Amino acid sequence: MKTRVVITGLGVVAPNGVGIDAFTKALREGKSGIRHIKEMKDLGFSCQIGGIPEITEDYKRKYFSELQLKGFNSSGILYGAIAAIDAWKDAQLPISENIDFQSGTIFGTGTSGVEKFREAIYKLDDKKVKRLGSTVVAQTMASGVSAYIGGMLGLGNQVSTNSSACTTGTEAILMGFDRIQAGKAKRMLVGSCSDHGVYLWGGFDAMRVLSYKSNQNPEKGSRPMSASAAGFVPGSGAGALVLESLESALERKATIYAEVLGGEVNSGGQRNGGTMTAPNSKAVQRCITNAVENCRIKAKDIDVINGHLTATSKDFTEIENWSEALQLKGAEFPYINSLKSMIGHCLAAAGSIECVASVVQLKEGFIFPNINCEDVKDEISSLISETKIPKKIIEKDLNIIAKASFGFGDVNGCVIFKKY
Amino acid sequence: MREKTEMIAELKELVKPYIQDQEAFDNLNEDTDFINDLKINSANLVDVILDIEEKFDLEIDNESMDKMLNVKAAMEVINTKISEK
Repeated sequence: MKTRVVITGLGVVAPNGVGIDAFTKALREGKSGIRHIKEMKDLGFSCQIGGIPEITEDYKRKYFSELQLKGFNSSGILYGAIAAIDAWKDAQLPISENIDFQSGTIFGTGTSGVEKFREAIYKLDDKKVKRLGSTVVAQTMASGVSAYIGGMLGLGNQVSTNSSACTTGTEAILMGFDRIQAGKAKRMLVGSCSDHGVYLWGGFDAMRVLSYKSNQNPEKGSRPMSASAAGFVPGSGAGALVLESLESALERKATIYAEVLGGEVNSGGQRNGGTMTAPNSKAVQRCITNAVENCRIKAKDIDVINGHLTATSKDFTEIENWSEALQLKGAEFPYINSLKSMIGHCLAAAGSIECVASVVQLKEGFIFPNINCEDVKDEISSLISETKIPKKIIEKDLNIIAKASFGFGDVNGCVIFKKY
Repeated sequence: MREKTEMIAELKELVKPYIQDQEAFDNLNEDTDFINDLKINSANLVDVILDIEEKFDLEIDNESMDKMLNVKAAMEVINTKISEK
């Protein structure tokens, strides 16, 4: 029998709530974390709204030393380390002077320390390379976040960063799952983070994929599955989960949030309609079907789908793919929701924050509402029953949630969580 | 030339954010070694030197930088650079 893998700790830094308690409350209330971002306006962005978690200077000092904060300017690492340490503490694991060879981390990101890199480039071009000091490399290397986390917690197993665009967080969970199942680690702290700000978001604004129609009404801007969806709203933050072998969790008498049944990652190869930015639907369907098969469940066992659903024209394509892969439609289709309606698209952090939301729903027994979806797109409601797109919270005992993420490069990931 | 005690006090303030050994820091004197006594991370040593450059408005060349491993050597380099100005 294969090693079973469970979740024993959660941490989150989201635009609508920092810490699991605040985040859970925000999920229940359908609280938006999207606000007007002055810098985007000043720099002439079409989209002038975004999601940035609120972290005060005092709050930073609960996690980072003064020395670590000297010359620190990497919001992704900040969010990632806070979420990771919260998840570790939530799992009641010790932070000691000793190294723990049975615990590792796979903590993903898209880019690291974009603003730090900008500072460095200005100094360099000004012929002041020496003045970069010692802080640039650790904050701008892609694996900066896992390096910070590994050091803060004394992790002695694999310490690495994965990167697969907006699939990153979901992929990290499956990578950690595989490692535990292979017997190579007892615990893997998995998750992902994303920087905030204009230097990361500018490229998306230029591609005209961001919503520019709600600048006066930020909280209404992110509208997955809605007829008036007008592009995604950029977000940022981090999500973290402690994955652990069931044996280790039981031995420690740890609180178990849920079980990770498994999943699948694949790619559409940028063939058959797939491109750098658009998915190959056949591959998406295969990813979902394989995830269901790998987990030895049936499509109808899925209570809730936490979709990728970014609020672009691709939302309908995604629902078509779910429907086709699961062979379910109308009222047979599972409940479906998108956290992006509240926090926007947190890019590399999206998968992990959304997985944390999925696990919270399983543990507490509720389905969070889709906000800004009062006008469901006709194509969608003709394929699946509108009652499956909750606009108000549903209190309900849940057994299985499927979470999928899709990313640039035509990459897909689908993970399945089960109540323990 | 600056008063030695005054300069030690100034250096002490500059290294404060980087030290990992409080006792050695409390007893900081001319013979204190930045890495062995104060346990400053070797990567942070370049930051200490950048802070010195800023504080004393100096430019310290690579060779001089290599010598600045303890308080005494650092003071010598600073004094030399000030006198060259």
